[in-house]
Amino acid sequence: MRFTQPVLGRRALGAMAAASVAGAARAQAVSGKVTVVTSFSNDVTAPFKRAFEAAHPGTTLEVQSRNTTAGVRFVQETRSNNAVDLFWASAPDAFEVLKKAGLLEAYRPQSQGIPDTIGPYAVNDPEGFVTGFAASGYGIMWNERYMRANRLPEPKEWADLAKPAYHDHIIITAPSRSGTTHLTVETILQGEGWEKGWATIKGFSGNLRQITERSFGVPDAVNSGQVGIGIVIDFFAFSAQGAGFPVKFAYPSVTTVVPANIAVVKNAPNLAGAKAFIDFLLSVQGQEILLEPTIRRLPVNPAVYAKAPAGYPNPFNGTIGLPNFRFDLGVSEKRYAVVDALYDQLVGTNLDGLKRATKAIGDVETRLARRDNPQARALLEEARALIAAMPVTAEEAASDAVAGSFSGRGGPGPRQAELEQRWAGFARDKYTAAAAKAADAAKAAG
Amino acid sequence: MSLATTEATAATPPAARPRRWTARPGEAVAFGLVAIFLLAFLVVPVLTVVTVAFQDRATGGFTLAHVGDFLSNDLFMRSFWNSLYVSLMSVAVASLIALPLAYFTTRFEFRGAVLVQTLGVLPLIMPPFAGAVAMGLLFGRSGSVNLLLGDWLDINIPFMEGLNGVIFVQSIHYFPFILLNLSASLRNIDRAMEEAAQNLGSHGFRLFRRIVLPLAMPGYVAGASLVFIKVFDDLATPLLLNVREMLAPQAYLRITSVGLEDPIGYVISVVLILFSVLSLWVSSLALRGRDYATVQRGGGGLARRRLPRGQAVAAYALILLILALVLAPHLGLFLLSVATVWSFAPLPDGYTLAHYARVFAESSQYITNTLVYAGLAGLIDVILGTAIAYLVLRTRMAGTRWLDYVAMSALAVPGLVLGIGYLRTYFGVTLPNGTSLAAFWGIIVLALAVRRLPYALRACTAALQQISSSLEEAAENLGARRLRVVRRIVLPLMAGGIAAGFVTSFATAAVELSATLMLVQSNADAPLAYGLYVFMQSPAGRGAGAALGIIAVVIVGLSTLASHLVAGRGGKESA
Repeated sequence: MRFTQPVLGRRALGAMAAASVAGAARAQAVSGKVTVVTSFSNDVTAPFKRAFEAAHPGTTLEVQSRNTTAGVRFVQETRSNNAVDLFWASAPDAFEVLKKAGLLEAYRPQSQGIPDTIGPYAVNDPEGFVTGFAASGYGIMWNERYMRANRLPEPKEWADLAKPAYHDHIIITAPSRSGTTHLTVETILQGEGWEKGWATIKGFSGNLRQITERSFGVPDAVNSGQVGIGIVIDFFAFSAQGAGFPVKFAYPSVTTVVPANIAVVKNAPNLAGAKAFIDFLLSVQGQEILLEPTIRRLPVNPAVYAKAPAGYPNPFNGTIGLPNFRFDLGVSEKRYAVVDALYDQLVGTNLDGLKRATKAIGDVETRLARRDNPQARALLEEARALIAAMPVTAEEAASDAVAGSFSGRGGPGPRQAELEQRWAGFARDKYTAAAAKAADAAKAAG
Repeated sequence: MSLATTEATAATPPAARPRRWTARPGEAVAFGLVAIFLLAFLVVPVLTVVTVAFQDRATGGFTLAHVGDFLSNDLFMRSFWNSLYVSLMSVAVASLIALPLAYFTTRFEFRGAVLVQTLGVLPLIMPPFAGAVAMGLLFGRSGSVNLLLGDWLDINIPFMEGLNGVIFVQSIHYFPFILLNLSASLRNIDRAMEEAAQNLGSHGFRLFRRIVLPLAMPGYVAGASLVFIKVFDDLATPLLLNVREMLAPQAYLRITSVGLEDPIGYVISVVLILFSVLSLWVSSLALRGRDYATVQRGGGGLARRRLPRGQAVAAYALILLILALVLAPHLGLFLLSVATVWSFAPLPDGYTLAHYARVFAESSQYITNTLVYAGLAGLIDVILGTAIAYLVLRTRMAGTRWLDYVAMSALAVPGLVLGIGYLRTYFGVTLPNGTSLAAFWGIIVLALAVRRLPYALRACTAALQQISSSLEEAAENLGARRLRVVRRIVLPLMAGGIAAGFVTSFATAAVELSATLMLVQSNADAPLAYGLYVFMQSPAGRGAGAALGIIAVVIVGLSTLASHLVAGRGGKESA
């Protein structure tokens, strides 16, 4: 409401002029307003704002909270007269979009003691456009009261979630809606291979209660006990524990730890301030803020873990994920939109059909556990194979003909909507056939 | 704007005269100003975004291929029929909720009528995210109701699942549209009509069905068409219930995917806009060729009717039951705002006031901003709404009906599309002090005003439909100048409808998020819905978000009460 902006704007301009004149004395020239667009909540940004402003008297950190989509759009639409210094978010894909559009400024922070990689993932963008400041892993979160009330065992691996006991108890965000879920799916695909990976993914997806459209909807549902189990990024669970909710979290063995990032926006009005904030995030003081109960992210500076509370997960001592797993960024980028669209069509729009087939298979399996029948087992295997069947191979998914349809530009291949319609039809037929096979198996089991 | 509008409307002689094809200068100016406003802040920004729907990806030329994709896609056609079914059913259920509330509180001696009318507006204010969590905690599969039902009877009712869940939540959420507009219409009916019917031996339900309801049709149709279009275009509730096979969520999901430029999302937006305008046209057919105007206002005749004792008890019981149902989400929201931890249990684990302390300490600027923004937006809306209603109903200028349609199409424009359009159109425009026009807080007010204009417009139109133009003629015959006619005759008689329009626009603008999230550029300029969003992104912020939601509800509730009292006084004076 108050017309503070022009004043601060002039101050920021002044700071920029001072910075360019002062040259080497940049560090002292930090002042004015540093504007950051972020998808992080108040609980994350407020402690950093306080500490940063205390460390650099005369600066204010102006936090513009937007969800990732709105944030990316905002930076894109306002490029002609940019007023944003920093973009600060979890989703790696958002940074990829901005970087490709030439909207980021390269900056290599002067920080000590931060390794080049966490597990399979590089901490920073190789060209210096994006800087990792915290790490996060993917896994399974559950509500203990819900699990007790429904007598469910604690899951440990992705494959556990495909068991009949968990039917209708799981919630996830669609990978097309959440860059973090996308990475979970991509990690499973790379860790287990295209065919087996999709079988695992469809296996637990057949037990879903819901697919939410925003990533925070998943921990919301688990925290309030609406759904028992959620597939989430770790800090959602840890910060919920910090807030007192009865939830627990486990890293499955096929998982990966990836950095949450920050980047300087091209033509930042307060470049010196933007760089100072990144340096602050990566300083020991900034990294220790990550350990606060309402934030609970994994610092990228291994030395900081010495101050962490007991039991704090540490990605640098080999306790998270598979030691030999390498995440291939190139493969992931090439088929990014295809994987999203496949999940949307094979699972999202066909969730009812997939659940029906999965339930039918699960019911027979429960009966077979009491009294075995080889013929029924064979039929169940056929039904499972039908569910696992894929309309495209890994090679096709990365091919120009398929991936090009999702580029938003013209290409030789079919349009996106045509492909999606084809895949949805493929999945519907397979799931119907799988349900029929399961019914046959039920008859065979007697 | 307001001055020009008043002059313009004043320049209009009564409509009952023979058709004229030329417009008076004042009318033309009003028409021009309204048209410029709609063009600048609705049509142009939206067009800059949705043209993608008709662009060939390779050449950039015009194509209908994407529209073809839409029509040949099973999912989209299924979504279309689902949306239609849900909208029609929601109108039916919302009518069942709203009719008794409106009828008993306006046509009878009814204690607490103002309170019922005020509480009846609150469901419109379902704060984003916080409202969703509260609904889940009460009515979800593991919500309080179902946990208790499970303990006692071992059953689970899927209130919040599938299309029926959407109908349930939408009816509770949007029935106030019907309540507000219908009440305003009912108050305008001359009591002599009912008395005459009673003298002729009609009473009870027959009296309601044959006399009262038909006379109140303008208000009912205004409310029902709003419910229909709003439910058809709404994406928040289906997404909250994870129902994706409806049109609005399909468009939203496609438009908001990071880094994807899929034209189908914009095709769906265009379809939504066209269908909204079409349904508005259909609803106008329902009122065509009939005259709803009465010369006497509701104040005429003898005292309000009294209910016999037995019927009065039944009426109170029914109204309390309805209020308990529709206000349950707000009870849930209140519990959430004072809860320490609430998880998989009928009631919270413990209670605290810490969330309110946190909200007042961290974010009191949100509250003042919301009052200013929503208040200004509501004001702009009733001014525009009155002007458009007057142009449509009292002048014969060509194209006035199109103003109505264009203004109503705002209901179908996703907030995100409007936000992007504003940035695209106005970010390059700089204010004298060097900042961008899009960074000025006034742009948020304009976005809110455009998004909520349809509510005020329908209310104002219904109000004007009930005024007989013979009153204006009489005033003119007695020598009153036109400006005086509008000020002393038309506006006072429309007061109830204008108040209803202001309340609806104000209340819903106070919790608008999607366009706001795109346009807010500094915390100091942010409204309450933005603060809610910021809180609701973390587990520790859930209680604080709910507290902010309750504050929004209280603010809107008090404003509604105030405007009822003001409208009531205005009505008495004019009677």
